[in-house]
Amino acid sequence: MVTTQSKRILEVRNLKKYFPITEGFLKRTVGYVKAVDDMSLHVDEGETVSLVGESGCGKTTFGRSVLQAIKPTAGETLFTQQNGDVVELSSLPYDKLRVVRRDMQMIFQDPYASLNPRMTVLNIISEPLVCHKLMSGRALREYVMELMETVGLDPRHLERYPHAFSGGQRQRIGIARALATKPRFIVCDEAVSALDVSVQAQILNLLMDLQEKLHLSYLFISHDLGVVSHISDRVAVMYVGRVVELAPTEELFDHPLHPYTEALLSAKPVADPRNKTQRIVLEGDVANPADLPSGCPFHPRCMYAQEVCRTVVPEWRELKPGHYVSCHRAQELALVGMGQTREGRGQIAQPDVPAAPANSVQDLPDAVFAEGLRDQPALADTIPVEKPQQQDQGQEGSQP
Amino acid sequence: MSARKRRQQQDGTYEVAGQWKLMWWKFKKHRLAMIALPIIVIMYTITMFCEFFAPALPLSRFRDFKDCPPSAIRLRDADGNFVGLHVRLKESVRDPVTFRKVFADSDQIIKLGFFVHGEPYRFLGLFDSDLRFFGPVEKGGEFFLMGTDSLGRDLYSRILFGGRISLSFALVSIAFTFFIGLTLGGISGYLGGFADTIIQRMIDLIMSIPGIPLWMALAAALPTTMSSLGKYLWMSIIMSLIGWTGLARVVRGKILSLREEDFVIAARLSGASHGRVIGRHLLPSFMSYIIVSITASIPGTILGETALSFLGLGLQAPTISWGTLLQDTQTVEALALQPWLLWPAFFIIVTVLMFNFAGDGLRDAADPYK
Repeated sequence: MVTTQSKRILEVRNLKKYFPITEGFLKRTVGYVKAVDDMSLHVDEGETVSLVGESGCGKTTFGRSVLQAIKPTAGETLFTQQNGDVVELSSLPYDKLRVVRRDMQMIFQDPYASLNPRMTVLNIISEPLVCHKLMSGRALREYVMELMETVGLDPRHLERYPHAFSGGQRQRIGIARALATKPRFIVCDEAVSALDVSVQAQILNLLMDLQEKLHLSYLFISHDLGVVSHISDRVAVMYVGRVVELAPTEELFDHPLHPYTEALLSAKPVADPRNKTQRIVLEGDVANPADLPSGCPFHPRCMYAQEVCRTVVPEWRELKPGHYVSCHRAQELALVGMGQTREGRGQIAQPDVPAAPANSVQDLPDAVFAEGLRDQPALADTIPVEKPQQQDQGQEGSQP
Repeated sequence: MSARKRRQQQDGTYEVAGQWKLMWWKFKKHRLAMIALPIIVIMYTITMFCEFFAPALPLSRFRDFKDCPPSAIRLRDADGNFVGLHVRLKESVRDPVTFRKVFADSDQIIKLGFFVHGEPYRFLGLFDSDLRFFGPVEKGGEFFLMGTDSLGRDLYSRILFGGRISLSFALVSIAFTFFIGLTLGGISGYLGGFADTIIQRMIDLIMSIPGIPLWMALAAALPTTMSSLGKYLWMSIIMSLIGWTGLARVVRGKILSLREEDFVIAARLSGASHGRVIGRHLLPSFMSYIIVSITASIPGTILGETALSFLGLGLQAPTISWGTLLQDTQTVEALALQPWLLWPAFFIIVTVLMFNFAGDGLRDAADPYK
């Protein structure tokens, strides 16, 4: 699936986005929230790269920084234009950037907030065309109607305002707007998260059809692993502003190398009542991006953490072709992929002593990817499995 | 649910009605505002075409009728015979007790009529005419609806001419205020950073200076040789230099919150220029607020101009405004002997009240939570 020979459309190198924390009258900077910290990623032509991670890990910030909707603090964003020229986006002045924007677009998460309530559908969809002075008058109108048909909207609703549409229809309007200038690269920022499952499927299929037809590349930001496994070629897992693992979709889902990925995958519901996947519930909270833990940022919540994890920041390594990970123990651990059990893997990794209190109450909403739990057919199925595991850890924890 | 609303829901017009239409429907329900609106329109129309509506010219003196009290409009003469609209000519007599010169009605009748010919005037500087809406049938008849001032000039005519200045002054000044407020508030909110800090500290500074002394200082700085038009413009600029701060604060706040909205980011990603983002996406989102704010700040401006002119620091004679007209009432003597000189105050009160009512109705109409 990874086509390394094909053309790069986007290459992000060491992108950083720090939000300053200011204090007092003179707005002295007392620290930084490192929303995106040293991220590198590339997207090839016609490829879908997904970015997954829990709420607040910087996915959206990354997506917006790539498109220069917010100015990145540091790093390079190389974008290949239609004519083959490579431009560095973050150093372009506003007017030059406007020209490049024809080739890259964004689909927003919230279909209610992303459409101007005071503009008609015609005006919303045609805005990029008008801004780039590509079309006007009758031709514009006809083209917009065509676009509406492409995304499955009734072209007769051209003059209506967004409030007259349902959430799914609004999202289609947003997609039509993103497609208007025939871009080559689209950032889908949780493009289907606000929709219910049946509409999600329609929109996903629409996106994939369009990709085939128009040879689009997507950076697909999501927290929904089901969606991600459906649409992406490669998946990058983010944890507090960094990519911790990057691999082709199947590889990542079957052979995760990072403990965080394993925990995420275990939270994804499997539509099979006999499946006895152990759900790994991470203890504690997501690290504070303004005050990262020493060493590996994930170590306070990692059940395999060792001394080295607390002191040394793990390197970004390519362990298998195309499979990158930043974990000290990636090679020694045998982690469980999606829909697998520990027993099925043959070798059981010995969990280390977690830093969690012995009798911590299991808080379901706090669990990673709790969103995924929503759709789980039987909660009771998972809880009995988790409980013994927790007690085990608890006992070990109390006898150091 | 009213019958109209039900009808609108049936034919679907309610759902697709634009924001302004919805606002107008809600405004219509505000009774006081619906009374105030036509009165405001009438006042502006009359003062705009005051040459036509005033029975006399503002500067023409009736030498024998100084400090003449208002004459009552009558239909019947002293004997009870019907003669149509008329007033009785005032004649000067001595008060037997104080020996002061006072005016009393004589038997002589001055007939009044609509669309009569009076002293010639130049209509809005466009063409000459002598047609008047209402006045004495015979040219130069001594008819004083609201009395005369100490120089024998018809107060009613002067009030209409003064209204032209006072009411238009409010609009001009508000226009300046909004220009400064929207520009600086917009820059402050949209650009942020250093520009924002500078503008906000400037606002703090201006707001911390007491208003009336600052007005007085600025107005006193105007050269006395300045033409009346120049003075008019400068006074309105002075008013707006002080008045823009509140508006700029609100505009900045609105833009700050809207700037991060998804649809604004979407517009930027669509390749919209800064101007287009502000003009098409940011400003329309709080246009209703601006309209309400304009109506609400007109009374303040009218009062401010009146106060300054009353103190002799604003517009000055021969420019006529409601404030300069009230200058005549600065002494207790004038108040006691010529109370009709307070008529301009009545017009000011009515105008301010009407604007407040209309502003109230607009605010209710523009509020989406009601």
